[in-house]
Amino acid sequence: MKILNDIGGIIGISLMYSAPLIYTSLGGVLSENSGVVNIGLEGMMTIGAFAGATVAYFTGNPWLGFIAAGFAGALLALLHAIACVTFTADQVVSGIAINFIGPGAALFLTKMFFDGAAMTIPVDLNNKIPRPLDGLFKQGSFLDSVFNQYATVYIAFLLVFLMWFMLYKTRIGLRIRAVGEHPKAADTLGVDVYKVKYLAVILSGVLAGLGGAAMSIAVVSNFRNTLISGQGFIALAAVIFGKWKPHGAMLGCLLFGAAQGISIFLGRSELISSQLLAMLPYIITIIVLILFVGESRGPAANGVPYERNK
Amino acid sequence: MVNRKNKIVITFISILFGLIVGALALAIAGFNPLEAYKIMFEGIFGSPKYISWTIVRSTPLILTGISVAFAFKTGLFNIGAEGQYIIGSLVATLVGYFFKLPIVIHAIVAILAGCLAAAIWGGIAGLLKAKFGINEVITTIMLNWTALYLSNYVVFWEPFKRPNRDASQQILDTARIEILANWKVSDAGREFLKNNEFLKDFLNPPVNFGFIIAILVAILVWYILKNTTLGYQLRAVGFNKDAAEYGGIDVKRNMIISMMIAGAIAGLAGATQVLGVSRETAILTAAEGYGFDGMAVALIASSNPIACIAAGLLFGGLKYAGSKLQPLIGAPLEVINITIGVIVFFIAMPKLIDILISAINNRKRGVEVENTK
Repeated sequence: MKILNDIGGIIGISLMYSAPLIYTSLGGVLSENSGVVNIGLEGMMTIGAFAGATVAYFTGNPWLGFIAAGFAGALLALLHAIACVTFTADQVVSGIAINFIGPGAALFLTKMFFDGAAMTIPVDLNNKIPRPLDGLFKQGSFLDSVFNQYATVYIAFLLVFLMWFMLYKTRIGLRIRAVGEHPKAADTLGVDVYKVKYLAVILSGVLAGLGGAAMSIAVVSNFRNTLISGQGFIALAAVIFGKWKPHGAMLGCLLFGAAQGISIFLGRSELISSQLLAMLPYIITIIVLILFVGESRGPAANGVPYERNK
Repeated sequence: MVNRKNKIVITFISILFGLIVGALALAIAGFNPLEAYKIMFEGIFGSPKYISWTIVRSTPLILTGISVAFAFKTGLFNIGAEGQYIIGSLVATLVGYFFKLPIVIHAIVAILAGCLAAAIWGGIAGLLKAKFGINEVITTIMLNWTALYLSNYVVFWEPFKRPNRDASQQILDTARIEILANWKVSDAGREFLKNNEFLKDFLNPPVNFGFIIAILVAILVWYILKNTTLGYQLRAVGFNKDAAEYGGIDVKRNMIISMMIAGAIAGLAGATQVLGVSRETAILTAAEGYGFDGMAVALIASSNPIACIAAGLLFGGLKYAGSKLQPLIGAPLEVINITIGVIVFFIAMPKLIDILISAINNRKRGVEVENTK
């Protein structure tokens, strides 16, 4: 039984760590399918993590924090959309700018709201995102480790399905993909290219913001400057890994989460250096890419600014 | 449409916008922006010591900036400068501590070893892209974190770790590249500096040869890109991969070379920082951000290696001066990241600034027409 419980533990940790990545990578999938490269996910995630932790702390309500995180991400994404869609900016450059503005603003505001402290005051454990299945299974059992997750984990997987459904089974999804593949053709057929891109980019900010909050008020209980350090980029890698599809990106995030789960589990035995184990997720990702993925091609017009008159 | 002169104008307008938004952020937070900018200005130019600190702080940013700019020119996006920087500093520290070599030679060997290791580190991403078509953005991100933990692992290694400190042993004096490091603290040096207030102050920070190396590298990279066959090939690949291939250029080989050179330059940043300033490799919990700051530097410099010197000094100066805001008026130094972000943001959209400029010109013309009536 012990081994089963251990496996449950690894799966549980993997799911918990994957969830924030999944939200953010879905944001990446959405934005890039509409043809806007979004390197700024990291910055949007950071501002979301800050907004989530701060609002949850002051209101005592994690869901208000979660929603606020979505808004904060959207606000930053709006900047990205204005630059990339209206002013045909270089999307990579704008994204890098977002990655300076987002974390900069998040820490600036943290210091403003919390008397110069570099982290927000942790939310009360009862005010974190709840675990809907808590107490259903015997504590420490396999089922408990796997399924007793924060609600944000379940929402993440639900969103993967919703995103897949929207992109491939609805009109708006078809429009988003059309705009990302061939904006001119979409335009001739009466699709408002600019509007679709704005929508996709802003929603991608919402998702990245939620991803940040899934970190700051679920995995941990406050925001600090090192909380989001690279997850946005890992989510971006998952997008490319998953060939710009929601379920593919989810797999990428799960792979990374699983590698992290294994390294945390092995770290408990202290047989292998924790530093070497910490490398594991990154190296596994590279190896998997070499073995299974290879050349990946995104939406045809991804990264190309669209101008109607040209 | 956006020619060279316009590009420079756009850069300056973007910097202006960045400073304005920074001021707005400070004002909204209840600080006097004029006072803050005065503190920052004096924080850079107020004393010879501050000027040399600015130079010291800017040096690694100039180099990582050139690294990113170089890769950009060849159509590659080097997010990996961070990891290459880490590898460069680690190897330079190892050579600086374990090797016993005469002065000058020791420093040169340590720098070359750091560059070489970082070139290999960067080359991995280039190789994976050339050989398997894996996007260099993913691999460099993964390699950044791998580098960080690898460096920590090596620093934890018994013979290398300094007891009771979260850092490695310090490099030997023979490997240091600080200018007049020993003379500064010798009797003769002290005696001399007592009578030379300016020099004493200027040499107080760890002024080192890194800055001179950075300038030389900027010129060298500019020359390579502009005047050599290799540079021509690299730029051709960056400009249009398929056309370059059709023209008989080995695209894959050039990708690897490009990432190796970019890696070497970022590694040089790490090596000079160790040999000139920190003298050790610390255990890191998160990336220090030199690579990411280098991206901003490269963008502000519109990927021109020479302009990276100015952009690096601007960024380094802002960062150094920004650190004085908190102790003096309590304003968060993060305002600098916001400012830099806004600068890059406006640089990203030359179209907006073009529109603004022509709007202003039209109005001027309108006024002139009015006047002649």
